[in-house]
Amino acid sequence: MTSEPTSVIIAGVGGQGIILASRILSMAALKSGHQVKVAETHGMAQRGGSVITHLRYGSTVYSPLISAGQADYLIGFEKLEAVRCLPFIKEDGLLIINDQEIPPLPVLLGKLPYPELTGDSLRGSAPRLQFVPARACAQQLGDSRAVNMVLLGCLARYLQIARECWQMAIDECVRPQYQELDRQAFLAGLNFVVGG
Amino acid sequence: MQQELLTGNEAVARGAFESGVGVGVGYPGTPSTEILESFVGYPGVYAEWAPNEKVALEVGFGASLAGTRVLVTMKHVGLNVAADPFMTMSYTGVNGGLVLITADDPGMYSSQNEQDNRFYARFAQVPMLEPGDSQEARDYIKKAYLISEQFDTPVLVRLTTRLSHTRTPVLPGENPSGPVRRDWERNIPKFVMLPGYARNRHLVVEERRMRLQEYAETSDLNEILWGDRSIGIISSGVVYNHAREALGDGASYLKPGCVYPLPLKLISEFARQVGRLIVVEELEPFLEDQIKTAGLAVAGKDLFPRVGELDPQLIERGVRGSSRFKSYFPVPDGLPGRPPIMCPGCPHRSVFYVLHKLKAIVTGDIGCYTLGAMPPFEAMDACLCMGASIGASLGMEKARGGDFARRTVAVIGDSTFVHSGITGLIDHIYNKSTGTVIILDNRTTAMTGHQDHPATGLTLGKQEAAKIDLAALVRALGVEHVRTVDPYDLRSLAGRPGGDGPGRGVGDHRQPCLRPDQRGDVLKRDDAYGSMHRLQEVPAAGVPGPLPGRRSGAQGRRSVQRLFGLRAGLSAGKGGGRR
Repeated sequence: MTSEPTSVIIAGVGGQGIILASRILSMAALKSGHQVKVAETHGMAQRGGSVITHLRYGSTVYSPLISAGQADYLIGFEKLEAVRCLPFIKEDGLLIINDQEIPPLPVLLGKLPYPELTGDSLRGSAPRLQFVPARACAQQLGDSRAVNMVLLGCLARYLQIARECWQMAIDECVRPQYQELDRQAFLAGLNFVVGG
Repeated sequence: MQQELLTGNEAVARGAFESGVGVGVGYPGTPSTEILESFVGYPGVYAEWAPNEKVALEVGFGASLAGTRVLVTMKHVGLNVAADPFMTMSYTGVNGGLVLITADDPGMYSSQNEQDNRFYARFAQVPMLEPGDSQEARDYIKKAYLISEQFDTPVLVRLTTRLSHTRTPVLPGENPSGPVRRDWERNIPKFVMLPGYARNRHLVVEERRMRLQEYAETSDLNEILWGDRSIGIISSGVVYNHAREALGDGASYLKPGCVYPLPLKLISEFARQVGRLIVVEELEPFLEDQIKTAGLAVAGKDLFPRVGELDPQLIERGVRGSSRFKSYFPVPDGLPGRPPIMCPGCPHRSVFYVLHKLKAIVTGDIGCYTLGAMPPFEAMDACLCMGASIGASLGMEKARGGDFARRTVAVIGDSTFVHSGITGLIDHIYNKSTGTVIILDNRTTAMTGHQDHPATGLTLGKQEAAKIDLAALVRALGVEHVRTVDPYDLRSLAGRPGGDGPGRGVGDHRQPCLRPDQRGDVLKRDDAYGSMHRLQEVPAAGVPGPLPGRRSGAQGRRSVQRLFGLRAGLSAGKGGGRR
């Protein structure tokens, strides 16, 4: 009998660095000896649209897709996109949300308001919920684009993936000039969670 | 060798490299694009973007004829464009092995339809393989070259978006010392499809079909997995993996590696050993109909949708009547959607803003600018397929008369224009159109991720190349009113007064695509792009720009032509247009 794979949904807006984050996580999982499947979003959706990555790893993974109620973790790079993916979360899953709002077109056009999405309003939407000021954190480190690594660091706190596997994954997936920044951002995410 | 995490597309490129493929050719199209982008990175190979899929397959035909193994890639609708050489290449067969990738898009993540290209295999009597993950993609490609050369046939390999864009581990193999080559010898009856020769070749195709049928029955690509025998599942490609996820050991599985021809004897044996026989397949009942024709009782499309992508939940529900997968946390009501939009600073925005204001009748085309149909612009009335904008506007004009044509504008991108817009424009000239055509020249194939093409001056391998001057090309075809406009300069875009009479014209709107990775830099560089600072005004979200408000009637009609500075009375071509 094989154990159930770990399932992670990463949701956000095209251009937020989701594909790189999923690439690093999947590489770290592969280095840990797991079977890995990662379904990415390319093409038209990248033009500022919603982007969802399904990532699964474990001893055996069949479908690359995560079904309703099967995600152990949902990483929301953007609040609205995180909420859109709530149906994926397991009953005891964890929701990690980047505290950032990117208004979509209907909001820009004034047709709909950006919904009120705070810790309080979302309480009950997931059993475990963490808001992370990942963008502010990345900006403090000097580059807001490192937001993906901060969030990955937050997630790493909960995964059984050894530190050296993360290290190797970052080395392989990130261009040399960004590796130091991304390592720091990853650690910042890891420590943010530890400190509460 | 160490396992690598490759997308299905990258695995196809890897498999081609390991097969000694010497030539790779295609036209970009989601979800197929990254295959050649990956392939071109391997040492000792030649790879190119062709202007369109038909040319790509013809180049592939030539490379095969000359004895080289060749990889041809395209998205599903691309094969419609390449169908002409494809159907007859079934007759000629190959010299060097030829594998044609069709990347289908169930769910239409980035396509105008979700046609099921498995029918092309049956249509052309060409074998089709369908891998289910990246490792299989690499393995099946290697097998496909052997089949191609053994059976003297092009081989189709069908990918879907879910396979092309999913990363799974691949154990790569050794690459051969270089491209595999066969000798070339003149063989007129095999390669010149005059009717007399083609009749013989059709007989060869039929005989080949029988041999391929035998091969499919015994191929080591077929897999049978025994679980609970009360349910027997037949499924291929990535859908097979969804089915395994959904049903686990609660069913037995037959996974044909070759979906055409189908191993019908094997399926018949499998059917005898299971209770309910069920075909799980996306889109059309392609396998189901063949199995039914073979006289077997089988369920399929009565249980699963014929539209869109399948997933484990849909499969479990179809087979069991209900699914264990359920949501615990619903999506709140009334969330605003997030449709794709043109990027901040995109040079297409101002053009559609103006077309919107002018209430122009716009036939559109395939590319990022198809988003001009969406709010806030809603400035597009039709979009059908690559290159269709120009012919469609001519058709509207002929149906409604020249006065109507003063309001019509065909809008087409530079890559799409080169792909299949030129012939449409020739029809405009030949048949005396008076409509307006805009080439949105952002110097790249933007939608698919910035691929070069014959008007960018660079090749797939980023080597310098001849660069078509689109304005000069259009003039040479016989269009006299050609105006190159900077789309960031709204005043220039609105045009100086120039008369309202008939006369066809082409506006070549030239500004480079702002790639997401360059956007930040470019927006700061006012010196390089003089009117960049105005981008904030250019309607990201319906913010009023410097143009006057909505026009209508004759004023609007005049404006469309003023927009491009088209003057009355000039015409083109030997025959001359209306003056």
